[in-house]
Amino acid sequence: MLKKLVPVLLLFLLAGCAGGNWGWYVVDPTTPSGYNNVRFLLTGLGHTVLLSLTAILISVVVGLLVALPGLSENRYLRGFNRVYVEFVRAVPILVLILWVYYGLPQLMGIAIGVFWAGVIALALSDSAFEAEIFRAGIQSIDRGQYEASHSISLNYADTMRFVILPQAIRRILPALGNQLVYMLKMSSLVSVIGMQELTRKANELVVTEYRPLEIYTVLVLEYLVLILIVSAMVRWLERRMQSDVRN
Amino acid sequence: MTSNTQQPLIEIAEVSKFFGDFQALKTVNLGVGQGERVVVCGPSGSGKSTLIRCINQLEKHEQGSITVDGVTHDGTSKSLNFIRQKVGMVFQQFNLFPHLSVLDNLTLGPIRSRGMSRGDAQALAMQYLERVRIPEQSDKFPRQLSGGQQQRVAIARSLCMEPQIMLFDEPTSALDPEMINEVLDVMTELASSGMTMIVVTHEMGFARRVADTMVFMDHGEIVETAAPEKFFNQPDSTRCQDFLQKILQH
Repeated sequence: MLKKLVPVLLLFLLAGCAGGNWGWYVVDPTTPSGYNNVRFLLTGLGHTVLLSLTAILISVVVGLLVALPGLSENRYLRGFNRVYVEFVRAVPILVLILWVYYGLPQLMGIAIGVFWAGVIALALSDSAFEAEIFRAGIQSIDRGQYEASHSISLNYADTMRFVILPQAIRRILPALGNQLVYMLKMSSLVSVIGMQELTRKANELVVTEYRPLEIYTVLVLEYLVLILIVSAMVRWLERRMQSDVRN
Repeated sequence: MTSNTQQPLIEIAEVSKFFGDFQALKTVNLGVGQGERVVVCGPSGSGKSTLIRCINQLEKHEQGSITVDGVTHDGTSKSLNFIRQKVGMVFQQFNLFPHLSVLDNLTLGPIRSRGMSRGDAQALAMQYLERVRIPEQSDKFPRQLSGGQQQRVAIARSLCMEPQIMLFDEPTSALDPEMINEVLDVMTELASSGMTMIVVTHEMGFARRVADTMVFMDHGEIVETAAPEKFFNQPDSTRCQDFLQKILQH
C-alpha cells in the first residue's frame, strides 16, 4: 500500500518544487503553525470514520431487512421492496442530508444533531443499494441449499442465518467493501450542515489561511490513505473468509 | 410388502401436481408401510422426483392428500414441521452446506431444529459418520471430499435427524461410476436396518437386492406397482417392458 502511495506523494512534491505557486508552509509539520494546521485538519478524521462506520452498519442492517421482503413470494412484500429501493435511490444524497437536517425536525418536532442527521441521511441513501446487493447475493445461492435446509426442518430464520447468509455475504463482500469506500467519500457532503469532519475542517482552514491548493491537496491525500487502508482491510477479510471454503 | 400396520406410514391419495399448464403428477396413489423399501423408476420427466419431493413438500401438490404417520399436509407449518422431522431426504446434487465443516453440516439440524446440545449433537454426528464409514473426515469441508464421500455425508446429515422415512432422489446419478457402490452399500445397510425408504434410482441391481416394491412411473402416472421378481420378469404394462428393456440392455 505504501508502495502505491509513494509515486503520488512524489508527484505532489515535484509539483511543489517545480512551480512557484505552492506554499507548503501552511501544512509543514516542522513549523509550529504548520504543525497546528495539520493537527487541526486531522481532528476531523475521527468524525469521518465514526460517521461512515455508523452509517454503513445501519445501512447494512436496513438493507438486509429491505432485501428479504424483496425475495418473498408475496407480491405486496416484493412491492414494498421495489418502492423503497426506487424511491430512496432517486433522492440525491446531498438533498437527503438537507432534508433530514432541516426538514425532519420540523416534521417530527425533535431536534437532530448534525452527526445523527448525517448518519440517518447516509444510511438511508446507502440502504437502497445494500438492499439490491443483498438481494442479488441471496438470489445467487443455489436452490438446493434451501431444499437441504427444509429437509432438516430448519425454519426460515435459521435457514437464512446459518445457511444462506453466510454464503451470500462471502459473495457480496467485495460489493459491501465498495459501499464502505463510497460511504467514506460521501461523508464529505455532511460538511454542508456543519459536521466537523475532514472536509469541513479543510474548508475552515482555507478560510483562515487562504491556501486552498495545499489544504485541499492534503484533504485529497487524507481520503486516499483512509480508503486504501479500508480496501486493504476488505481484501484481507475476503481472503480470510474464502480460505474456509476453498483449499 | 412387509407392512404390518393397519394404516400405511405414507399415504399418497389422488395427488396431482401442475407446473403451469404441465401436469407433472396425475392423480397418483401410493401407500408405503412401515419398514417398506420402495424403488421408483421411470424415464426422465415421468414425475418420480416430483412425487417424492411432494412428500416433504419441497413441491406443493394442488390436488389430493399426502399423509405421513397419521398427519396430513394441510398447508400449516405445524403439519409441515411434523412431517419434515419424520422424513429425511438425500439429493442428487448432495446439497451439503459448503461453508460448514462435515461435522457442522451434521449437527446443524439436531441443534437448531431438534434442540439438542452441541455436545450431544456432535456425539450423534460421529455415530452416523461411523455408520457411513467416514468418521475421519469430520473436520474437512465438503469441497475437500470426493463425490461419493459427499453423498455419504449427506446421508449421515439426514440420519442425524433420526427420521422414520428416508427419501432418495437419484442419489447416485451425479457420481462417477467408481463411487456409486460406496453409496449404494450404505443405502443397502440402511435398508437392512429396517428403515422405511423411497428411492428414485436407475440402479436396477440395487433395486433387485433391496426393494420390497417396485414402482414404474411414466408421464406423471404410476403405471406399474409390483414386487421385484414380478416387476423384472413379467411386468404387465408394455411401457414398463419397453423401459426395462432399454435400461437393462447393458
